[in-house]
Amino acid sequence: MIHAAYLMPLLPLAGFVVLAVFGRRIGDPLAGWLGTATVAASFVVACITYAGLLDRPGRHFVQTLYTWIPVGGFQVKAGLLIDPLSMTMALFVTGVSTLIHLYSIGYMKGDQDYSKFFLYLNLFVASMLLLVLGSNLLFTFVGWEGVGVCSYWLIAFWFGRPSAASAGKKAFLYNRIADVGFLVAVFLVFERTGTIEYSGIFSHIGAIDPASRTAICLLLFAAAAGKSAQLPLFPWLADAMEGPTPVSALIHAATMVTAGVYLMCRINPLLGLSHTAQLVVASIGVATAFIAATIGCAQQDIKKVLAYSTVSQLGYMFLAVGTGAYEAAIFLMVAHAFFKALLFLGAGSVIHGLDNEQDLKRMGNLRRYMPLTTVTFVVGWLAIAGIPPLAGFWAKGDVLDNAFARFPVLWAFGLATAALTAYYMTRLSALAFWGDDRWREVLQAGPARHATGGHSPEPDHGADVGTGAHGGHGGLPHEAPWVMALPLVVLAILSFVGGLLNLPWHPSWAPLRWLGPVFGARLYDAHQSGATQWVLGVVDAAVAVLGLAVAFPLWTRRPERPALEPAVLQRSWYLDDIYDALIGRPGQAMAAFTATVVENRVIDGAVNGVGRLARLAGTGLRRVQTGYVRQYALGIVVGAVVLLAFMASRAWS
Amino acid sequence: MSVPGQWYLALAAVVFAIGALGLLVRRNVLVMFMCIELMLNAANLSFVTFSRMLNDIGGQALVFFVLVVAAAEVVVGLGIVVAIFRRRRNATADDLHLLKG
Repeated sequence: MIHAAYLMPLLPLAGFVVLAVFGRRIGDPLAGWLGTATVAASFVVACITYAGLLDRPGRHFVQTLYTWIPVGGFQVKAGLLIDPLSMTMALFVTGVSTLIHLYSIGYMKGDQDYSKFFLYLNLFVASMLLLVLGSNLLFTFVGWEGVGVCSYWLIAFWFGRPSAASAGKKAFLYNRIADVGFLVAVFLVFERTGTIEYSGIFSHIGAIDPASRTAICLLLFAAAAGKSAQLPLFPWLADAMEGPTPVSALIHAATMVTAGVYLMCRINPLLGLSHTAQLVVASIGVATAFIAATIGCAQQDIKKVLAYSTVSQLGYMFLAVGTGAYEAAIFLMVAHAFFKALLFLGAGSVIHGLDNEQDLKRMGNLRRYMPLTTVTFVVGWLAIAGIPPLAGFWAKGDVLDNAFARFPVLWAFGLATAALTAYYMTRLSALAFWGDDRWREVLQAGPARHATGGHSPEPDHGADVGTGAHGGHGGLPHEAPWVMALPLVVLAILSFVGGLLNLPWHPSWAPLRWLGPVFGARLYDAHQSGATQWVLGVVDAAVAVLGLAVAFPLWTRRPERPALEPAVLQRSWYLDDIYDALIGRPGQAMAAFTATVVENRVIDGAVNGVGRLARLAGTGLRRVQTGYVRQYALGIVVGAVVLLAFMASRAWS
Repeated sequence: MSVPGQWYLALAAVVFAIGALGLLVRRNVLVMFMCIELMLNAANLSFVTFSRMLNDIGGQALVFFVLVVAAAEVVVGLGIVVAIFRRRRNATADDLHLLKG
């Protein structure tokens, strides 16, 4: 059974190929169903493989497909590593992706590049599975890059909009910068151990000196920071909201951003031996979590709030990784995949219902009109805010407990971030679903608002849904079709009960206990008394309730509170401006310099100079060519005389 | 008594110099041709002289080649001269400076 594992990445890849060749002919909506079916089939294969893995001793299985790069001592195999960690990832990647695919069938309806969208989505999932299942660093890197390029295509999917095109470029560039770290780490690993297979690296771990261990971990963390949007490389994730909403859900929940966390978990035997690297990872994680949470408090765009909350939650995951609590990181990742996908799809439903309105200040009181979306969104909101007994409470609690045991200072920041998380998610929900019906003018104004609104609507899409499938809503927000509603319900249920995956008292049946073999060799284990755990749990819950209680009355009553939305937070700590000033401007200045000075003066100067030199020589020398035969003859005579004189002088001397 | 070889060489040098000078100073194309013939024959004379002095038949053999080339050159040259005279009366060499740079 387990030998069918190669079908997991292969099925979405086949879907990609079929859609790439016949996509336009298959068309809307069959292309979407085909894409969904391949990913769903991949999910089924993942389930079967999971069941097969249970029987295997050691719960470790490497399926070598073929030798990919045989160069002397450098043998790279195209192999799949099946173990509890990769299977947990594969399961939720395929599972959540299936739901997002299903949702996209409804959301992308009528888009002119309908089949292309599913083509990219399928390739995205295939790349992610390759990344997760690769049995060596290089094979993982293939998936890593595949995910990067698919994110570029999907974020810039509506590339007719300049903002979307530049957001795609931004995502790609940030990832490329980070990928350098990955490559250098691979070189270093090969130089030290002579292999890049995970199993080989971990059995030769003694061959790597401590300084190189730290260097490798930090380089891989640099790559992870790019992919998973950590400080200082996170601004791309907020701009990635330019893509269609299902893409945001896919990038934020199931694929892409979890890749960095997965990579750090995958190299846990190495990371566990470097205290410095762990401290760096944990500190950057918690700093990112805190800063992103503060930014999330002041954003106006519903998707931007969710984007910063993703950054913040990823920070938590890295905090857990840095603490050595890899199980907690994976737990939060899975739980986050559930509720973040839910929140994004819910936000997509809201945006869809309001004809592509994304500004929170133009929503309000939607609970009267979109009951299903509201109920599911509320589940997601309470889950991410950390209200017991939803998934977020258990997952975040797990991370914070471990942080408390290892780095109390970081734990304090984490706790503050938890309060902020509850605050900004409550603000988001209050603005969207409670308060006054501020959307009325939006819907009545019709298409004209695109010209007046200062934010980013989705024009292609807007034109399609406005006239086509949803013309009959009569100016009121409306619920989405069932293909969009079903994933919401499934994800809401998962977000509700996701905590069962790993309860703090570790019942023997908790599925994530099962990750033990992968993280078994960890040097650190949080030993806490039951009382401490209870107290910490109560503190977590209290902080969450506090954030919620502060925000809810504040933002249901009045949507405009400039004092609580300072410009520094709206502009995300001026990080974009800082990068612009530090890198963008000098880069532009350098480009302008080379364009005007180097290009015009040096290069053109050299070319023109050669030409001018030839012409000058010509004008000088043409005087010689008088056309008078006698002068030529004189020249010959003079030459002959000179030659003769020379020879004579040689002969007589 | 035989005339010493140096005299012939001196004569050849003088004839060559007259030919070269004539080529430089005269404008008439026909006269310039004759000057070229003078120079060629001066060269022939020195060839023959050296041939006698060094007892080497090669020099005299070479003279035949020079004569043949000179004859061919005269044919081509006179053809050009005739063509020029057809186009314009009393053309001098200096009028033919179309190749001026």
